[in-house]
Amino acid sequence: EFTRLNLKHDPGKMKEYHYTGPVEHRFSPYAFNGGTVLAVAGEDFAIVASDTRLSEGYSIHSRDSPKCYKLTDTTVIGCSGFHGDCLTLTKIIDARLKMYKHSNNKSMTSGAIAAMLSTILYGRRFFPYYVYNIIGGLDEHGKGAVYSFDPVGSYQRDTYKAGGSASAMLQPLLDNQIGFKNMEGVQHVPLTRDKAVQLVKDVFISAAERDVYTGDALRVCVITKEGINEQTIPLRKD
Amino acid sequence: MTDYYNFGLRRLKKSRRNSGIPLHFFIPTLPNPAPSNNRSLFPYSPANQSVTVRRPFPLSHGTTTLGFIFQGGVIAAADTRASAGGLVACPEVHKITPIHSHLVVTSSGSGADCMLWERILTREIRLYQLRHRRCLSIRGTAKLLSFMLHPFKGTEVCVALTLCGWDKDAGNTDCTKMSEDLSSTTDDSSSAVCSSQDVTAMAHSASPSSGPKLIYVCSDGARLQGDIFSVGSGSPYAYGVLDRDLRWSLSKEEAISLAREAVFRATHRDAYSGNNVDLFHVTAQGWSQRKREDLKEEYYRDMKRKTNIVEG
Repeated sequence: EFTRLNLKHDPGKMKEYHYTGPVEHRFSPYAFNGGTVLAVAGEDFAIVASDTRLSEGYSIHSRDSPKCYKLTDTTVIGCSGFHGDCLTLTKIIDARLKMYKHSNNKSMTSGAIAAMLSTILYGRRFFPYYVYNIIGGLDEHGKGAVYSFDPVGSYQRDTYKAGGSASAMLQPLLDNQIGFKNMEGVQHVPLTRDKAVQLVKDVFISAAERDVYTGDALRVCVITKEGINEQTIPLRKD
Repeated sequence: MTDYYNFGLRRLKKSRRNSGIPLHFFIPTLPNPAPSNNRSLFPYSPANQSVTVRRPFPLSHGTTTLGFIFQGGVIAAADTRASAGGLVACPEVHKITPIHSHLVVTSSGSGADCMLWERILTREIRLYQLRHRRCLSIRGTAKLLSFMLHPFKGTEVCVALTLCGWDKDAGNTDCTKMSEDLSSTTDDSSSAVCSSQDVTAMAHSASPSSGPKLIYVCSDGARLQGDIFSVGSGSPYAYGVLDRDLRWSLSKEEAISLAREAVFRATHRDAYSGNNVDLFHVTAQGWSQRKREDLKEEYYRDMKRKTNIVEG
């Protein structure tokens, strides 16, 4: 028996360069398309931002594929990971939102969408959607809300969260700047909308420097009770 | 090929496919499944026909949770770290969830599995209460949960829950979702007095029908009743601390401080546990939650105490 299954292939990491014999590559239904998503909740606003690069392996498929999807007037979802699953998942969420609207004569609230998404994801516990989701929006009281998910449906409400390929780099920075963690003697000022947007832009510029899968452009959606405002800012293209 | 059949109404029906599980699962199957005669008991069980799809991402695991019974009720404590591979996915998870006013459940294992199964359990308990007009006993709840998890034995569902609760007398039918005393940020000595009066009237773990209960249920099929359980990667360290000082006659403050200390020592030594400690106390009046405490401060206080001992 000369075949051995390739057990430890982690996308985005280099394989160790030692000879293990011929390896059988099983067909993997997943691909890793990169991208980073970020969401921040404020007192009366929420921001969902994502880069727009779609990559696979060493290639870039598209420089204009944003990962924020508008769900309702007060909710935006950011999905990163495997693009095929992102598309299907958003299609399913849109259909379920429509069904809810027709049955109950009102739009789903952000909390309800989060709970529904959790059960949709867990329904595929044995063949998961390879998507890291973050929902940003306004709750029923008009306050900003962010719900972050893992690929199989575990979720909770946060103030800020980064997901996707550069999440491990961005999350500590957000912990420090928004959560005021690991700092002594600082005043905890609440985040204003303009300061939050500026922080998100700076954070993505840093991510594009150090993460190869993040770059090209940044799409920022700011959700307030007036509506959803979208901006596009260019990032490094290399 | 997709799970579009998942939509809406069919979702809640307990169809034959799911063998009674109130949730639709999409199970990936092999194109030509081998006939397996010896598993005819649960022909539609997920473990039977599924092919394991290799996941390109890690799921959250690793924890320290504990629960013990003493004269003043049940204490449930847990850390708050969710780790996925080597990354801290979330430093502030809630590992202890109230199911109804007299039952909390501590979760350990895979984060998503625990969260969803707790939701399913809460729904089933509520449905039972509405249908039968009485609260299901803690032992009955544990049995229900164990039987719901049984079809998933052998799959990668990893759930290890400890049900910590108080069984009320047979005549009492009230178990509302939320407990009356929700926020107790300071130790309340008056509630310790009245709960001890209730408990001395009942024998310790000899009364089958009412009193404090601690039952461990896991997805491997184990269902154990006991007086002290600690679950998770940090449990050996927690057991060490608990076994030294745990007695039936502890006061409420001592019990809380012991649980805190056990979680603190476990988070110090176990890499996959950390951040904060959550503490719940269940009595005949219901559950009450202590304010979540950041263990970073405790670590510095402990260091200072040690340097004082060395110097002084």
